[in-house]
Amino acid sequence: MRRWRYFGYRLLFALPVVFGILVLNFFLIRLAPGDAASVLAGESGAASPEYTELLRQKFGLDRPVIEQFFLYIANALRFDLGFSFRNDAPVSELILARLGPTLLLMLAAFSLAVAFGTLLGVLAAVARNSWRDAVISVATLICYATPVFWLGLMLIVVFSVNLAWLPTSGFEDIGQGYEGWERGVDIARHMVMPVAALGLFYLALYTRVMRASMLEQTGMDYVVTARAKGQSEGRIMLGHMLRNAFLPVLTMAGVQAGNLIGGSVVVETVFGWPGIGTLAFNALQSRDLNLLLGIFFISACLVVAINLIVEALTIALDPRIQA
Amino acid sequence: MGAGLKRFARNRMALLGACVILIVVALTIMAPFLFPAGAFALVGPALQPPSARFWLGTDALGRDVAAGVAEGARTSLLIGMSAAMGAVVLGAVIGGLAGYCRGAVDIVLMRITEFFQTIPAFLLAMLLVVILSPSVLSVIIAITAVSWPGIARLVRGEFVALGGREFILASAGLGASGPRLVFVHLLPNCLSSIIAVGSLLVATAILLETGLAFLGLGDPNVMSWGLQISAGRVSLRAAWWVCTFPGIAILLTVLSINLVGDGLNEALNPRLRER
Repeated sequence: MRRWRYFGYRLLFALPVVFGILVLNFFLIRLAPGDAASVLAGESGAASPEYTELLRQKFGLDRPVIEQFFLYIANALRFDLGFSFRNDAPVSELILARLGPTLLLMLAAFSLAVAFGTLLGVLAAVARNSWRDAVISVATLICYATPVFWLGLMLIVVFSVNLAWLPTSGFEDIGQGYEGWERGVDIARHMVMPVAALGLFYLALYTRVMRASMLEQTGMDYVVTARAKGQSEGRIMLGHMLRNAFLPVLTMAGVQAGNLIGGSVVVETVFGWPGIGTLAFNALQSRDLNLLLGIFFISACLVVAINLIVEALTIALDPRIQA
Repeated sequence: MGAGLKRFARNRMALLGACVILIVVALTIMAPFLFPAGAFALVGPALQPPSARFWLGTDALGRDVAAGVAEGARTSLLIGMSAAMGAVVLGAVIGGLAGYCRGAVDIVLMRITEFFQTIPAFLLAMLLVVILSPSVLSVIIAITAVSWPGIARLVRGEFVALGGREFILASAGLGASGPRLVFVHLLPNCLSSIIAVGSLLVATAILLETGLAFLGLGDPNVMSWGLQISAGRVSLRAAWWVCTFPGIAILLTVLSINLVGDGLNEALNPRLRER
């Protein structure tokens, strides 16, 4: 159980991060040119004077900075992230309504990238310096350098415009009125390209990490011992090395969680995926700063949560970790 | 360093990358002569496919895509290099302070560094550009603000590792001042790692810049690859070439910088070398 006490420590360390984001948000509002009330109202001039006055009172904008700061934190901790004048709805409600599709997209891209990245990494490491290794290396280098939004557009050109295999955008065909299983298939068809565009970069990344990690394990004593015991190469690979070599991939996955969200903003914009990313893009277009800050806060909390899950997985996989 | 450069020259992939970068640099220099009208000029009919007259076709407004690619190279390289440079300086200052002072300063600075590594970098960059209003400078500031943590951790680690070595202890024992220790002994000794990691930062900075420009967060008066792609998106169905060529330019540039960066890493940091 000492291992899980370590997890408790990590949980405790997560709280300052959430607090830090609120502090950062507060500074960003003050950094913006103009009156904080009009900044929070978004799209200068569009908000009514009454609403701006309301904001001024709620955030105590006529009071000293330090008091404003505590008011801001108090509001955020009550999950009151303000109101989006442009969308005529509370920010937290807007974000929660879009959370599902984004999580679905991220989860699919992430798990496929980890699964296939691990597989390709093992394949490359097993046949080190062969033509297969070379092909995988070159492919990862190219995926590494491809901008995700451009990849998305190219997928649309090939698979939607030219081949007409897949729908260009959206979450589902609402007009068709699919239900149950058929609806699932329809959503999956809409997901193929966004998931591919988002996941390919991470696929390349995990392939690289897994390959290096597998090669590192080959010289280890436990591998030599297993071989001396007469175990088959396949058993050594799957039963002994894989689990050890997988740990750096998991660590990397946690480190990259923040970037995954950034990538999904761009990908959702390209494919009109109705998630947080598209919401962020629309907020960007209307310069709705408060909504953007709310999205930033929620995404950062999401990253912290993903990191904790990764931490828990690492503890479960690696008995050496202790507090 | 000299031996490192020789090792670098033996790495064929890295040399290939260096050649491509040289071509891109040459393109930025020649752009005003090749396309005297500039990238924003309406030079022909709209949405012309690639032809002898317009090698890469024209966009929805009749602007030459090739001129945009040539001018965009300058924007991307300028922003990528400046932001990477800024991140290296900022990261070196923070990491250096943490690694040199140790103690409470170290703990606080490293917590801040980890914090910036955890939060979604792209979203923070978006927010910063919106708040500072889109311009070349604000994009550079935003990318710098999200790119420094890696360098800070690297420099801190090197400082800590070097701190206990005999030559540092000897120098400190002879009465060398703090700045002398840092600038004459510590920094030069981790310069090669900083160069190698910093060169890879240029590539991520360019990817960030094009992503921001694609979302409409670039300088609207400066042609860039991201801007071209976001403008060409509307006519994607009718004209694939408007989006395709700037994207290939990004891919080739980033790929080459990565190859050179990997080459530098292997040549200058034999210790850190990946297998």
